[in-house]
Amino acid sequence: MAKPFLSVERMTQQFPDGAGGTLTVFENATFGVEKGEFVCILGHSGCGKSTIMNVLAGLAEPTTGGVIMDGTEVSGPSLDRGVVFQNYSLLPWLTALKNVTFGVRARYPDWTKAKVETHAKDYLAMVGLEGDVVHRKPSQLSGGMRQRVSIARAFANHPKLLLLDEPFGALDALTRGTIQEELLKIWGKTEQTVFMITHDIDEAILLADRILLMTNGPFARVAESVEITIPRPRNRTEIVEHPNYYAIRNHLVQFLGQRSKDMAGKENSGDNNAPQTVRIDKTEEEPVEDDIASHLRAVND
Amino acid sequence: MPQKLDIRSTVLSLVILLMALAIWHLSTFVPDTGPVGVKLSVDQTAVLTGMSMAADDIAFYASQGVAFAQLEQIAALGLSREMIDMAGGIKALGISVPDENSAPAPGSLFPSPGLVATELWATVTDPFYVAGTNDMGYGIQMGYSLLRVVIGYTLAAAVAIPLGFLIGMSPVFFRALDPYIQVLRPISPLAWMPIALFTIGDSELSSIFVIFICSLWPMLSNTAFGVASVRSDWVNVARTHELGALSTAFTVILPAAAPTIVTGMRISIGIAWLVIVAAEMLVGGTGIGYVVWNEWNGLRLDRMIVAILLIGVVGMLLDAIFGQLQRAVTYSE
Repeated sequence: MAKPFLSVERMTQQFPDGAGGTLTVFENATFGVEKGEFVCILGHSGCGKSTIMNVLAGLAEPTTGGVIMDGTEVSGPSLDRGVVFQNYSLLPWLTALKNVTFGVRARYPDWTKAKVETHAKDYLAMVGLEGDVVHRKPSQLSGGMRQRVSIARAFANHPKLLLLDEPFGALDALTRGTIQEELLKIWGKTEQTVFMITHDIDEAILLADRILLMTNGPFARVAESVEITIPRPRNRTEIVEHPNYYAIRNHLVQFLGQRSKDMAGKENSGDNNAPQTVRIDKTEEEPVEDDIASHLRAVND
Repeated sequence: MPQKLDIRSTVLSLVILLMALAIWHLSTFVPDTGPVGVKLSVDQTAVLTGMSMAADDIAFYASQGVAFAQLEQIAALGLSREMIDMAGGIKALGISVPDENSAPAPGSLFPSPGLVATELWATVTDPFYVAGTNDMGYGIQMGYSLLRVVIGYTLAAAVAIPLGFLIGMSPVFFRALDPYIQVLRPISPLAWMPIALFTIGDSELSSIFVIFICSLWPMLSNTAFGVASVRSDWVNVARTHELGALSTAFTVILPAAAPTIVTGMRISIGIAWLVIVAAEMLVGGTGIGYVVWNEWNGLRLDRMIVAILLIGVVGMLLDAIFGQLQRAVTYSE
């Protein structure tokens, strides 16, 4: 089988625990992301989601193992991997527009000033920022607007992989809903490969093609890969009507509520900790319960 | 409301100024009574008339404050007042008598506000005259001081800001250089003066060196601190955009640390202006600090006070320039 577009291979991350020993955040994590896919990773705090993100972004080095993207090993940060940080990370002394052109100029140094500006304005418009607003400094923008600028900056750079680190974590529910839809729109237009961290189950179901579930740390691992069998285009009010919605949601809630704890803290035998693929589809004949049951057996073994 | 506040504070400022001027005026005011006449006894008058001095002349010179001993000398000359005036006055004849350059009448040695104001007006209207090495317009003297400050300060900035960047970005350099900075920083800039005079030799360069050394530390420590405390998020933005070290320094770290750096520059310029006055007093020759010392030595307190006032005004303007710069680079998160 051909390697996926992004392949995380036997990645282990250990930190000194402050008492002379080492703390293994996750061990031998192995998973892949296909080109054009939107993947969310769900898990409790402290399970190493952000560490995985930092490694993918090239801002941190894993203790062992590695990441291969598009046939090359990831080492150090790169414009091929755009990042949207949880706290927006806009440069406060630049206007919204300048924050986007900052990125575009780094990506396309030989573009003319006018071309860079038009390009940046196009992407700001895609997230609903037009007119005078783009000339405001981040401090004069609401949290939602700031995150829109951050998203526009990331998309405008056409990275091969877009990393979103809990991008809506600091936003209120209403704003979050709007920007989620804008994210879907801009993603639909660009067919970007997206890897996103989130805490929010509904957000993950709305956005993702596939959800990776992580067990609690230490020795966390990516335990399951749940396919979201709800057709696109999705809409937050309509997807709840889909027969698969609650089936998937219940599965996720049950995992995060119970099984993530049950499976935590177990040292691995050294195998690839590849996630179990879970497919829940009420619209097909095949019964779902079997799937979960067989998986549970596998874990209990 | 803010407008009302402005008016009230302005009024209060003016009241304080007027009160200070009034107190100053009252404590230094001496009514102009003209020359104090000398009262001669009958015997003394008899002696003078005995020396064939005209009664009119005796009365005139006595009213001008010429004492009996000097009157005797005048009488001994045997000249009439007319002839003395033709010869250029009694002073020209070698007899010491009080005139407007003599010690003032009893009262205050300290110049009154009116006197200082007159001198200030004269200075402001003619700031660039040259009447000799020790008598130049305060504009020229201020120019010397400012030139020294600008040269020393610019050199200090050229060293402190890049070095501060290095220290701020590299923990190794920070730890290696910190002990030296901690020891050198608290040394009074003037304590460097003898070393500078000995090694450099030239007094002009020595005062520039002193300005350099005193401007260095606030800029150095503020730059290092500002650079070291740039949010790691912003550095990560630079890293994920594959910016090189130079590009990161100029497009991310410099603007992020600019408010702290400019604060350091503002503190430095204030210190430099404080120190130049002291250094020029020590070194002498030219400059506004030398002027203060020179006028003190000549007991021209009125001119000295004018010089001191001008030092304050120029210092305020220098600070205002950096205040503007600070507003320009400040950002809110």
